[in-house]
Amino acid sequence: MFFLADFNVIKPDFGLLFWTSIFFVLFWVLIGKFAFKPIVESLKKRTADIQDALDEAKKAKEEMQALNSKNEDLIKEAQEQRALIMKEAKAAKDSMINDAKVKAKEEANRIVSSAKAEIEAQKKAALLEVKNEVGQMALGIAEKVIRKELQGNAAQESFVNKLVGEIKLN
Amino acid sequence: MLRFFLSTIYILAFALIGLAHDNHDHGDGHATICGEAAHHEFNAGDNAIHHISDANVYSIGPIQIPLPVILYAPDKGWDFFMASKFHADLIGHGDGHVAYNGYVLDGGSVKRIVDAGFPAGEVQISGVIHKDVTMANGKEQEAAFVCYNNNLYKTDAKSTADAGLFGGGITSFYDFSITKNVTSMAIVLAFLSWLFLSVARAAKKNEGKAPTGLQNFMEPFVGFIQDEVAIPFLGDKADKFLPFLLSIFFFILGLNLFGQIPFFGGSNVTGNLAVTAVLAIITFFITNINGNKDYWGHLFTAPGTPWFVKLILVPVELLGLFIKPVTLMLRLFANITAGHMVILIFVSFIFIFGKSGESIPGAMGGVVGAGLLTLFMMAIELVVAFVQAFVFTILTASYIGAATEEHHHDEEHAH
Repeated sequence: MFFLADFNVIKPDFGLLFWTSIFFVLFWVLIGKFAFKPIVESLKKRTADIQDALDEAKKAKEEMQALNSKNEDLIKEAQEQRALIMKEAKAAKDSMINDAKVKAKEEANRIVSSAKAEIEAQKKAALLEVKNEVGQMALGIAEKVIRKELQGNAAQESFVNKLVGEIKLN
Repeated sequence: MLRFFLSTIYILAFALIGLAHDNHDHGDGHATICGEAAHHEFNAGDNAIHHISDANVYSIGPIQIPLPVILYAPDKGWDFFMASKFHADLIGHGDGHVAYNGYVLDGGSVKRIVDAGFPAGEVQISGVIHKDVTMANGKEQEAAFVCYNNNLYKTDAKSTADAGLFGGGITSFYDFSITKNVTSMAIVLAFLSWLFLSVARAAKKNEGKAPTGLQNFMEPFVGFIQDEVAIPFLGDKADKFLPFLLSIFFFILGLNLFGQIPFFGGSNVTGNLAVTAVLAIITFFITNINGNKDYWGHLFTAPGTPWFVKLILVPVELLGLFIKPVTLMLRLFANITAGHMVILIFVSFIFIFGKSGESIPGAMGGVVGAGLLTLFMMAIELVVAFVQAFVFTILTASYIGAATEEHHHDEEHAH
């Protein structure tokens, strides 16, 4: 029937008011409690979890960075120490070489000077020996000569001895 | 190919409606006294109103499925029966051929025959006609008359709670039936319950894991209401009111969307003032029961204003207390009803162009034109369904937020 020009949707009828109230309140109470509440809680929990995870990741990153910079510091320090040790070692080496050189030179000088002294002493001894030898020889020769010529002439003999004593070697 | 197939179905579906309408025209002219009802011009407005109205039958396409009828008349008590007792045509508009216990089905809606002389039990009637009668207050109003035994019996429409404001009022009976709207509500709420209970179950099962499937699909909606509606207006009290706000939002959204499904009832639940009134009344109570000292204090004393301003402001604030839920109620009702009516009037173009089945080429042209317009309108209505659910929820949240907000008085004096 299209004569029904009755705009009845604007007239709230009691049945619909009644059933809508019942249905809505039931939906609100039951689904609100058993579905919406747990869903909202799970959403909130997830939000918190995600936030925590992000915070933790950030913290871990910061810790990692701190660790890295610490490592770098350690490496740097080690390098510095190595450089220092190397430098000290080099200095020690240099001084040791220097000392050795000085000592070697001193030793050499000492050996040379003692050698010189020895040589001098030997030379003196040798010369003395030569002198004695030559003296003996000269004496012998002179004895022979004098014996032959002077045959026991005592004055001549003392003269010759005096002459021999005057011969200075050195 | 698919598109061609779909458009063929679409045109056939509309043609079926046309057929139903055609049947209806032939079926009317069988009684002499009701003869004046047999030929009438097709009226797009009446057609639209018929289809947005609540009914005691559930329409799937042109098929009318009877629903349980629960009636109460103060003078004779309760009546429980199925609407099939009225023997309405399975394909038709819900006009019963039988009166049962003094009740008839007229355009899908139960009416009661006022005359006590009308026989009880099942009575074959010849039809129902509508004509204007002069009411006790001198106003002309349309009433339905039952044709029986060559006599006309005036009928009463069911009682409505508008106190005569919109032409209704208390009549001789009350209809507490499981109507089309109640059935739609039950279907939608059952679906929503299943949906959210399974999401809640999934949330419990998948705790600590990333959401998947249904849970993943629904959670953004819940999160949206939580983050964009509840928390901005309610702050740390959001948790307390979230279940209510979510219920309101999904109740309205579900019913808005359900009413958009063509041929499947097309029920105009959120476009019925009774439904929006219940939601608005509940919002009113939630707001005012939770209103704190500051809220009531501000309402009655309007602090910081001179006394003559207070004289104006306090009554305005008191009126506002009631105007807020009334605007909530009317906004949703008007938006959804208007959307349904525009679509129905576009569909009516088919009958207007086709001259109620006389001109097939006209009807075909109407199908194409009305089809495009309807598609356009339905796209808009889809947006409206979401927007109105959101608007209702966000305004509810803002009213509750205003009522429960903690004011700091030293701060208050600053402005």
